[in-house]
Amino acid sequence: MPFMRQRPNPNRRDFLKACIASAAFTAGMSPFGPFSTPVEKSKVVISRDPLLRGGGSSLDSGRLLKMLDRSVQALHSSDSPQEAWKKVVRPGEVVGLKVNCLAGRGISTSVLLVEVICERLQEAGVAKKDIVIWDRLNTDLESAGFRVTTGPDRIRYMGNDTLGYEEDLAIYGSVGSRVSKTLTQLCDAVINLPVLKDHSIAGVTIALKNMFGAIHNPNKYHLNVGDPYVADVNVLPPIRQRTRLNICDALTAQYEGGPSFMPQWTWPYNGLLVSADPVALDYVGWQILEQKRAEKGMKSLLALERAPKYIATAADAQHRLGTSDPARIEQMEV
Amino acid sequence: MSKEFNTLRSEASLCNRALSRDQELADTLPRDSVIDALTGVVATNHDRRAFLKLAGVPCLCACAASCVGGLSGLAFGTESPADDARFIVEAQFYEKLPYKKTRCKLCPRECVIDDRERGYCGVRENHGGSYYTLVHSRVCAAHIDPIEKKPFFHFCPGTPAFSVATAGCNVNCKMCQNWDISQSRPEQVRSTYLPAKELANVAQQNRCPIIAYTYSEPVVFYEYLRDAADAGHALGIKSVVVTGAFVQQDPLKKLCQGVDAIKVDLKAFSDKFYKEVVNGELKPVLDALVTMRKLGMWNEIVYLVIPTLNDSDTEFRALAQWIKSDLGVDVPLHFSRFHPEYLLKNLPPTPLETLERAKAIADAEGLHYVYLGNVPGHPAENTYCPKCHRVVIGRIGFTVTEMHLRKGKCEYCQQAIPGVWRS
Repeated sequence: MPFMRQRPNPNRRDFLKACIASAAFTAGMSPFGPFSTPVEKSKVVISRDPLLRGGGSSLDSGRLLKMLDRSVQALHSSDSPQEAWKKVVRPGEVVGLKVNCLAGRGISTSVLLVEVICERLQEAGVAKKDIVIWDRLNTDLESAGFRVTTGPDRIRYMGNDTLGYEEDLAIYGSVGSRVSKTLTQLCDAVINLPVLKDHSIAGVTIALKNMFGAIHNPNKYHLNVGDPYVADVNVLPPIRQRTRLNICDALTAQYEGGPSFMPQWTWPYNGLLVSADPVALDYVGWQILEQKRAEKGMKSLLALERAPKYIATAADAQHRLGTSDPARIEQMEV
Repeated sequence: MSKEFNTLRSEASLCNRALSRDQELADTLPRDSVIDALTGVVATNHDRRAFLKLAGVPCLCACAASCVGGLSGLAFGTESPADDARFIVEAQFYEKLPYKKTRCKLCPRECVIDDRERGYCGVRENHGGSYYTLVHSRVCAAHIDPIEKKPFFHFCPGTPAFSVATAGCNVNCKMCQNWDISQSRPEQVRSTYLPAKELANVAQQNRCPIIAYTYSEPVVFYEYLRDAADAGHALGIKSVVVTGAFVQQDPLKKLCQGVDAIKVDLKAFSDKFYKEVVNGELKPVLDALVTMRKLGMWNEIVYLVIPTLNDSDTEFRALAQWIKSDLGVDVPLHFSRFHPEYLLKNLPPTPLETLERAKAIADAEGLHYVYLGNVPGHPAENTYCPKCHRVVIGRIGFTVTEMHLRKGKCEYCQQAIPGVWRS
């Protein structure tokens, strides 16, 4: 229907940014490194370490850092982590890390992972004060083990409830939402840090759905297994234009019963999934969850009528957020 | 079409050309507020006593009494998260499921909610396997409106209604006029603590014999609504509900025991529209209307006419025929003018001709009380006696200009006019 395809009213700066981003996408490169294109394959790097937890349950920060480095270097074909991160962010930029803390400590973005990313960002020239760890609510952050703080000269941790949401609606397709001011007014660049888990309504929640935490009304967008809402939300300019990299925390993954933490359906995947293409990353993550479900003798999400159709929608001609075609995804294991 | 209708038609056309968003539309939140000037006072000293003091100030009473067509309102400060607990009350309609999930049984959507998650409405949350409303006594809008603004035309005409809302809604209409509160979570809008008894007291202090639950979707603040209606009745104050009626039968039946009138926004008469524009379903709404009628609830229906989406003759006719057969010819039907809002800004306001066509069709089908809304000065704002066709209640906008009713009957021909005529 015509009214379903309203476009937002961008200002000149937004318009020019969109043009540049679009041109870069078409040309097969982003200003910050390799990027998915309709022609080139989208890289999804998977790094795993079976010894990540040693003999116990706590993570080894040194091994985690090495996993992260392997992934980011492979993605950007760089010889050093510093060089790789410089392709993602620039000194002087404010970098937001969008974590996922809805389910508390059990299955949220790991505090340790955030710490090692912050370490690398600083080595790439991003000042402490220019790093913002954010999610929907301060209480969500706290429940996942982060300490909410907005003091000067230090890394800031804040929920959207600290700054609130823009007054004006951002509109695309089926969605009309007020976007978090943390994103629009603080962040120049975003690194998306989802978790890998099942979602009882939307099928799975990985990179694309994590951006529901950037809008004021995510409860409206779970109908029809989240399709096309999840894809539409990711087209909103503040989200699309700022997201540079997706690092999925699959240290612990959950194949059933999400989004809440259900320990009986989690397993230590001990991995990271890294990509500039959130669609390709979601597709690969979805397959990992399906594989685990099959191993456990569970029905596929398709059979349960909750296959995440929004992933394919995100790749279609109206959205162009990446690719969900396995033939155009280069899956690298490092 | 009556003689009076024809005479005034050209005049109405002229005045309606000038209709703009600055003019108040039915059931929109007033933009300005008499009390907004005092916001600072409330915001800096936002305790209950201050709020009540403010709500009861004589100037507000005077304003409410004298400025029925104008604006009045109560302004709110911000609350601290620590205060949130007082708004949380266990929901009345839900079932517990395994793994700490809950299924809401308030509206037909029946959201299944994980622990720490909310339903589609955004104002009900699962905490550890139990389900709670987050908006009990959490009022985000309060204004004194004429009852005609709801609109109710056959319910205590000319009476001020103390009108309240909380955040949240169980649908997401793309034409919503009050989306800034209806499509928000409670913590995203300014609100204040106004328990049921205090709401009734404030209404009484402001000389409002009616409390209206309106602006957003009262179904989502069901528990508060019922408590407030009971508190109001204890003081002789009636309660009216303005709703999309997307509600399950059980809670609806209980609601009907506690309120005095329900105005239903029937968004269209097609499933397609409900699915694509409302994110709801038509059938439960029609079922709700039939139930209300069977239970003797006073109903009026508003149908917002949106160009190209729900404005066909076929749909108008099917609607009128259904009302006639399932509800009866005496249910007032208001065809309201759409103004571009929210996600439908690409469509124009409804042409007056379309509204008049809708009315003509409904009249021809035999409905007795068909009105046009958001067209101030139009003769179809008046109530005409179905027998002698004279004006029994004259209106301009939300103001009653003449009354020719005696004990619920036309003073000219003694025809009974259905409605609730005394507050």
